Amino acid sequence: MPQFLKEFFNRNGTGMGLAILGLVLFWTIGLIILPQLSMLDFSFRPNLPPPEIGGPKDVYTLENYKYLIYGPEGGGQDYNVVDLKVFFRTLLAAVCVTIFNLILCYPIAYYLGQNKGNHIRIFAIMLIIPYWINEILRAFALRIIFGETGVLNTLFVGLGIWDTPFDFIRNDIALYAGLGYAYILLMIFPMYNVIESLDKNQIEAARDLGAPWWRIHWRVVIPYAKPGISSGCTMVFMLSAGALAAPQILGGPSSLWFTQLIYQQFNDNNDWPQGAAYAIVLLVTCILFVLAMMRLFKVNMGDIGK
Amino acid sequence: MSAGVGVDLESLWIRFGDFVAVRDANVNINGGDFFSFLGPSGCGKTTILRAVSGFLEPSEGNVLIGGNNMKGIGPNKRPTALIFQNLALFPLMKVWENITFSMEIKGASAAERRKRADELLDMIALPGQGDKLPSELSGGQRQRVAIARALCAEPDVLLLDEPLSALDLKLRQHMRTELREIQQRVGITFIYITHDQGEALTMSDNIAVMRAGVIDQIADGKTIYNDPNTAFAASFVGENNVFRGKIKQVMGNEALIATNRSGELVARISTANQGKMKEGDDAMMFVRPEAFAIAPDGATGDHFVTARVNHEEFEGNVFNIFTEGEGGKEIKVSIPNHGQSFEDHTGQNITLEYETRNAVLVPAGELAAE
Ligand SMILES: Nc1ncnc2c1ncn2[C@@H]1O[C@H](COP(=O)(O)OP(=O)(O)OP(=O)(O)O)[C@@H](O)[C@H]1O
Ligand SMILES: [Mg+2]
Repeated sequence: MPQFLKEFFNRNGTGMGLAILGLVLFWTIGLIILPQLSMLDFSFRPNLPPPEIGGPKDVYTLENYKYLIYGPEGGGQDYNVVDLKVFFRTLLAAVCVTIFNLILCYPIAYYLGQNKGNHIRIFAIMLIIPYWINEILRAFALRIIFGETGVLNTLFVGLGIWDTPFDFIRNDIALYAGLGYAYILLMIFPMYNVIESLDKNQIEAARDLGAPWWRIHWRVVIPYAKPGISSGCTMVFMLSAGALAAPQILGGPSSLWFTQLIYQQFNDNNDWPQGAAYAIVLLVTCILFVLAMMRLFKVNMGDIGK
Repeated sequence: MSAGVGVDLESLWIRFGDFVAVRDANVNINGGDFFSFLGPSGCGKTTILRAVSGFLEPSEGNVLIGGNNMKGIGPNKRPTALIFQNLALFPLMKVWENITFSMEIKGASAAERRKRADELLDMIALPGQGDKLPSELSGGQRQRVAIARALCAEPDVLLLDEPLSALDLKLRQHMRTELREIQQRVGITFIYITHDQGEALTMSDNIAVMRAGVIDQIADGKTIYNDPNTAFAASFVGENNVFRGKIKQVMGNEALIATNRSGELVARISTANQGKMKEGDDAMMFVRPEAFAIAPDGATGDHFVTARVNHEEFEGNVFNIFTEGEGGKEIKVSIPNHGQSFEDHTGQNITLEYETRNAVLVPAGELAAE
């Protein structure tokens, strides 16, 4: 038995240890790995009516993946321009949401992390409470704010600042705001956790040595907060790229999110293998992208867990 | 001393809400001095240092550095460098980057910074260690890196907040000498904070003794030790035996005290209190353990105390005798060991003798906690 398992059992006792181990294994294998493997399996099979499943036509094929790249056979185009465009736009938008969120949340996390007292607790509670409301309601609330006859338009048109209402929805502003807002906590809390443990004296030492505020952040706070930043960015990126409710509710009519295409394949077209293939492509691309970014910014896998 | 930059505190008050952390401090620190603030925990030492470095605006009064009023000038613009109680080295920067951080701010090239770092590393006796991380150094080495980092900023005044408190005893004593040497070499003003009177006495040109936000005495170490102003200063710095009583008669700079437990004794009125103490005042007389000598039995007079020996200790350089005076009063006596034979007095009554100039009289007041 490896050393860490021995210690684990010593610490928790055999019975409790087995129970914990069993639950963790059930969680990772039963609820994560097996379903994903079956999705993977789906993605390599043709879409067949139920009677033909397991029949001679049920063979492994790359058709579903080819479809994303080349489109339907005889579709008149060399590449599946529509779906690919949605795919890359989704990734790009997720990157933008992540960066926007990082810029917005870093000062908040820094403020929360470096100050103490009651007002900080109140601030934190005010950040958390909106998340008791479910995602759909929050998205619709944003629609009420950004809609054509929504709060903002009524206000600005009423004040005579704008002549005609501005279409926040068609211009995707509502979508970005919704996505940004949806994951704010996931960005703030990992950063807050790290920054809270940063010794105030280091900031003062840097200031005492003559550093202006931006250099203190650049050389002292940000390097220290890097694990929190990467952990927050990873979560926000993954979740925005995989978001469904916000794009569904806040997206403009012309701007599909890739998850919506996946949803359509599963539900509207009833083509599970095709949907599975799209989902797998999204998942793998996101993971590769995150790994590449981690390499670029020299972040270790262990840091993400902080 | 050299023409270093002096620091003056003028009627400095610092309040946190209703709490007064520093009360009317007036201090003149000469340029090039090694100046210490000495006081127990919580007396406001760090608070004063923060006001000098600019992290804290005084509620009233002024901080002058080199004669210039520092009001409204931020810590990054003052000619001071602060060494923190916990050093606050940047853990993710290499040692050489830590040391030359102040040059990086001014836009010095990497080559220049490397060169300067190497010079400073030589000075602090850590040559070739520039590429390590602070976590890879020992406590004493980190200590020296912090000093180098502060010196690299070429401050006029170096502020040190109990920088040795995290080190073990041996290293602490070694670093005392080293700090003093560095100070003499660079010739800038050092303001040093400590609650360790040994540190203050060995290193400083001048010392300010602080008690609960008030500065009791500013003087060189010898004066503070031999001629304290207040009961607090007398009891905080070094060991002291206290005799409480009332002044019976003032005779010039001396006075006869009717002590509570040891009869009538004579003492020298401390310099700062001469002319201010009068008959009937409550007073405290302090005699250091090493100022007592064993007198022939039966001697009596106004500079003899009789006591019964509780136990004795041999400490190497001194024999310590712990006695019980009249009425249960504890008196400690230290007899220097110069190889003489020394009989055991335990259980006996002995007579102790002191010279009047070694018994210092101050007004009755608060004593330092043991
Ligand atoms: N920001 C603050 N707000 C309120 N009170 C404070 C603040 N900073 C310090 N104090 C109080 O001022 C007093 C002096 O604090 P200071 O840190 O100067 O003590 P110190 O002499 O440096 O003690 P130590 O040797 O323990 O470091 C303490 O009673 C402390 O509680
Ligand atoms: Mg302090």
